[in-house]
Amino acid sequence: MLAMNYRGPYRVRADYKPDPEIEHPGDAIVRVLRSCICGSDLHLYHGMVPDTRVGHTFGHEFVGEVVDVGRDVQTLKAGDRVLVPFNLFCGSCFFCQRELFGNCHNTNPEATAVGAIYGYSHTAGGYDGGQAEYVRVPMADVGPLPIPDDLHLDDAVLLTDAVPTGYQAAEMGDIQEGDTVVIFGAGPVGIFAAKSAWLMGAGRVIVVDEVEYRLEFVKRYAQCEVVNFREVNDMAEHIKKMTDWMGADVTIDCVGGDAAGSIAQTLTGRLMKMQAGASTVLHWAINCVRKGGNVSIVGVYGPTFNMVPMGNVLNKGLTIRANQASVKRHLPRLIEHIREGRLNPKEIITHRVPLEEVADAYHIFSSKLDNCIKTVLIPPSAREVQAVNATALH
Amino acid sequence: MEHHHHHDGDAGHVHAHPLQGDMADGPRRPSREELAHINGWGADLDRKNRPAILMERTPARFIHPHEGKLPQQPENVEILVSTERPGITPIFGTVQPPKGLSGMIRRLAFKWSENDMRRWLLLLAADRVNVVEGVGEDLVHGKVPNVLAEMGIKAEWEHNRAGLVKKAVLTGAVLGAAVYLMRRRPR
Repeated sequence: MLAMNYRGPYRVRADYKPDPEIEHPGDAIVRVLRSCICGSDLHLYHGMVPDTRVGHTFGHEFVGEVVDVGRDVQTLKAGDRVLVPFNLFCGSCFFCQRELFGNCHNTNPEATAVGAIYGYSHTAGGYDGGQAEYVRVPMADVGPLPIPDDLHLDDAVLLTDAVPTGYQAAEMGDIQEGDTVVIFGAGPVGIFAAKSAWLMGAGRVIVVDEVEYRLEFVKRYAQCEVVNFREVNDMAEHIKKMTDWMGADVTIDCVGGDAAGSIAQTLTGRLMKMQAGASTVLHWAINCVRKGGNVSIVGVYGPTFNMVPMGNVLNKGLTIRANQASVKRHLPRLIEHIREGRLNPKEIITHRVPLEEVADAYHIFSSKLDNCIKTVLIPPSAREVQAVNATALH
Repeated sequence: MEHHHHHDGDAGHVHAHPLQGDMADGPRRPSREELAHINGWGADLDRKNRPAILMERTPARFIHPHEGKLPQQPENVEILVSTERPGITPIFGTVQPPKGLSGMIRRLAFKWSENDMRRWLLLLAADRVNVVEGVGEDLVHGKVPNVLAEMGIKAEWEHNRAGLVKKAVLTGAVLGAAVYLMRRRPR
């Protein structure tokens, strides 16, 4: 099959590799119909995630059609269309039984600090991802959700990560009516965090980034205020000034370790790897929030450590919440939002690229060329299916 | 919010602090009417509608958990296991098992816990060694990797031509200077 193939930092290509096989009685094999490149794939692409092995296939946002199932699978059969949450989880362990599906203890032997994630290095379990024609989907009765007939495939693929991660980011901010919410990062997750903040009754939503076209997009799409951090002298002072010198009630980090905005952080976090990514946004989130406020973190950092102003967390009495999104628990409510027209995820897709051109797709997304917000990869076999059955595919 | 005050003992001199205020009421909150134009505003204002409140919820909803003990996946390739979770998990990934020099470094790294920096630094080092091994593997299979294509030069040419030319000129200048300096040295 054709699959994205990681060759080293900033180097990927489309290559042929053996088809995946059923390895556990709970497995399914899924033919991929759409897969996205996620902002957190860029941490892998930039060589920042330890134990990212050459030959790995990335991709944790995908939808597809079941082509084979293991002998224990009861709820899915060949031909079913499924959206597959990016977390790979068992459904039975201590953590899954508490709906912490992103923290499963039974699917990643290689680390306890992170759950298993499709196509996200061996630190996240060593599973190939969905930027391919086929993918192995373990615990097929637990993770995947059959796609309702009225749900567009483009909306479905964004429900695998970007939408629920943005939603949970806002939810972890514990937003109260009228709150001022500052979101760092105008990528897909930041965009959906902004939309979700309104759903939860925010009074003001302010999105911070440096990429002007993304700020323009989120301003229109999420009806929010925007700040280009390149145009302000000091982020904390600027946000305080915007909030009657109080600070935001809630700040949300939707960037992670790839953040720009501080030479010292870029040098120590991204170039010299002296910390687990640049902690610029953590710094801003802590210093821009008001005393007693909430900081929510969904931006991805490495497993070692970051330099953060912890004293300010204590002295300001802040609450910090963070996690990988527990995707499955959000899906019923998010599908309701899509049906009611409150969310329209597919509108953020700017690029549809054949899987064969995966190297260019990564470069465009990473370097933010061609006004790229979200890229969807279409495998060749999915294009054949589309040609035969275009209407059924939406 | 302008505020003037006098200091005792400093008669006649007025300090102006135009931004000082007591902030007793906090910042102004927009009214529901002012927010009515926002699509979907307040749909999840009621916490009952927020699916992840509380953070932990038992029993789990929306899944079909396996009944009884999870079957064990057979271990047909080498899997490295964290010291913080001894034993193999019932389910695991089997792609890209450790091999070569990078594999030796990875095996060494896994002797330390996730709490130990040496583990992660060794894994990052193994990743870099693995990149060189990857080029070697390509060559062994008669494939010369097209590094520029893998880095997306076509997209760069289409969407950032000026930047590409600038990078090419800079790289050429640095390489030219290096060659010039290396040639000078023997004299």
